[in-house]
Amino acid sequence: MSETTFRGWGRGIAVFGTVAIFLFPLMGMPAKTYLTLTIAGLAMGMLLFLVASGVSIIFGLMDVLNFAHGALFAWGAYVGFSTFKVLMNWVEADSVFQNFAVFFIAIIAAIVVVGLIGILLETIIVRRVYGSHLFQILITFGATIVLVELIRVFWGPNDEVMTVPLTFRGNWDVMDVIVDRYRIICIVIGLTLYGIIQLILKKTKLGTIVRAGVENREMVQAMGHNIFLLFTGVFAAGAGLAALGGLAMAIFSLQVYPDMGSTYLLFAFIVVIIGGLGSVTGSLVGALIVGLSYNYVAYLVPWAAAGANIIIMIIILLVRPRGLFPVGK
Amino acid sequence: MSEPILKVEDVHAFIGQHHILQGVTFDAKADAVTVLIGRNGAGKSTVIRTVMGLLPSSKGKIVYKGSEIHKKKPYEIARMGIGFVPEDMGIFTGLTVEENMRVAMLHDDENTAQRLERTLDMFADLRKFWKREAGNLSGGQKQMLSIARAIVNDTSLLLIDEPSKGLAPIIIESVIGVINQIKTNCVVILVEQNFHMASSVGDRFHILDDGVVIHSGLMEELVVDEDLKSHYLGISKESG
Repeated sequence: MSETTFRGWGRGIAVFGTVAIFLFPLMGMPAKTYLTLTIAGLAMGMLLFLVASGVSIIFGLMDVLNFAHGALFAWGAYVGFSTFKVLMNWVEADSVFQNFAVFFIAIIAAIVVVGLIGILLETIIVRRVYGSHLFQILITFGATIVLVELIRVFWGPNDEVMTVPLTFRGNWDVMDVIVDRYRIICIVIGLTLYGIIQLILKKTKLGTIVRAGVENREMVQAMGHNIFLLFTGVFAAGAGLAALGGLAMAIFSLQVYPDMGSTYLLFAFIVVIIGGLGSVTGSLVGALIVGLSYNYVAYLVPWAAAGANIIIMIIILLVRPRGLFPVGK
Repeated sequence: MSEPILKVEDVHAFIGQHHILQGVTFDAKADAVTVLIGRNGAGKSTVIRTVMGLLPSSKGKIVYKGSEIHKKKPYEIARMGIGFVPEDMGIFTGLTVEENMRVAMLHDDENTAQRLERTLDMFADLRKFWKREAGNLSGGQKQMLSIARAIVNDTSLLLIDEPSKGLAPIIIESVIGVINQIKTNCVVILVEQNFHMASSVGDRFHILDDGVVIHSGLMEELVVDEDLKSHYLGISKESG
């Protein structure tokens, strides 16, 4: 049976599974509660997508297991935290323009700083362990310890409260359904980022080369492209995505703490396994599945919330070991 | 005969612990199609991959147009005008035919655009299936795409590894026709087990066995030498 047929099945399973997860809980709760949880699930999913997409592309293209991704996520949160502290008057200002301006400044600062850390990490450490997953795990785990300790050195060991820009606070009341403002912003950010990534991957030559490299790195080299420069760029982009996810999650959870990356790294790997390595669409679908199921299960069967996503991941691994939207070898 | 465009001198290469190339020496002349032939496991594909830089050589020298390339990276070697068609075709199955060609095109200039047009004239099916995902092409079409990608730039030397593998006889004839067209514009080094293809396009041959070149000569001489074919290639009089 052809790869195309299997891909069709994968898409069918993804659509059916997502719709099933999406609609099934409606049977166990009031409609308004369902809508509130759905928005929360979508927002959580989008945040996980920001972290997971970087992991997926790095693993898919470079075949690198980057366990430092969680630390990069935490660094993004802390850079955003510091940016807000410096520009606190804009954070607290009763001005939509200033609130969004400080948010975008924080995004740029987080992406640039963590992107540079990513470049250093890749050229100094990761490049030496291409081809060996065991060494990648060990060395990036070591890098995680160093990066988290550096957070403690620069910002201190204690949890810090993340101030939310004024415009992002509060709720909207939409037909008696309470909708958290920031959750809608998270959904918009996630969808916008997915659109930008797809545009780059599908419509630019660089994106085409990245997609080709995910399938066959060696052939891309043999066609005249410096795959190592591409790797560095992709690693930096993945780090930038982690930073954006960290900043967004810090605002979502109202706090930053040095070890915050490790919790979300586990979710990110679950998302990537469900969605398929090297697939941005897979990361989005996987993240939405994880976000929605976590929120629905947490309401319906609270004690099972933590394990629900693990069960979904196991089912996917049994039915589609390469994930719902696998690419490459 | 003209000067060699490629010289491989006493090249050794390992795959893991296995010493595959044990001192390969041969050259490829600028006005001839050079064929590397030999039994399975002789090291033919390893030679091509080593020339392309995909496998490091532990010893020896590879000189292309007067420049040593054995320490260069694959992308640097490709940019010197060497095209590569791997044994497994190396098609990006999730990309369209157009996208496969765009990845191959190193420059976005007028010359490359003209070469693309000439290449698509040579491979009419690729123009027809331009927007189709490459994974949905037939085996023969994939092979044509793989060759087209390798010649769309200003290619002086084309390395082709077993292009007849897995193809039906009628498609093999098409590939022979394509290689005979290509050889008028660039030097070809062909690795091939199919003696019919090798003898149809080749001018010179080198027989590899156990990682060394054991016999070289003109293809027209090999075609009529039954003893040589039988001894080194396992081709009997009835099948050859």
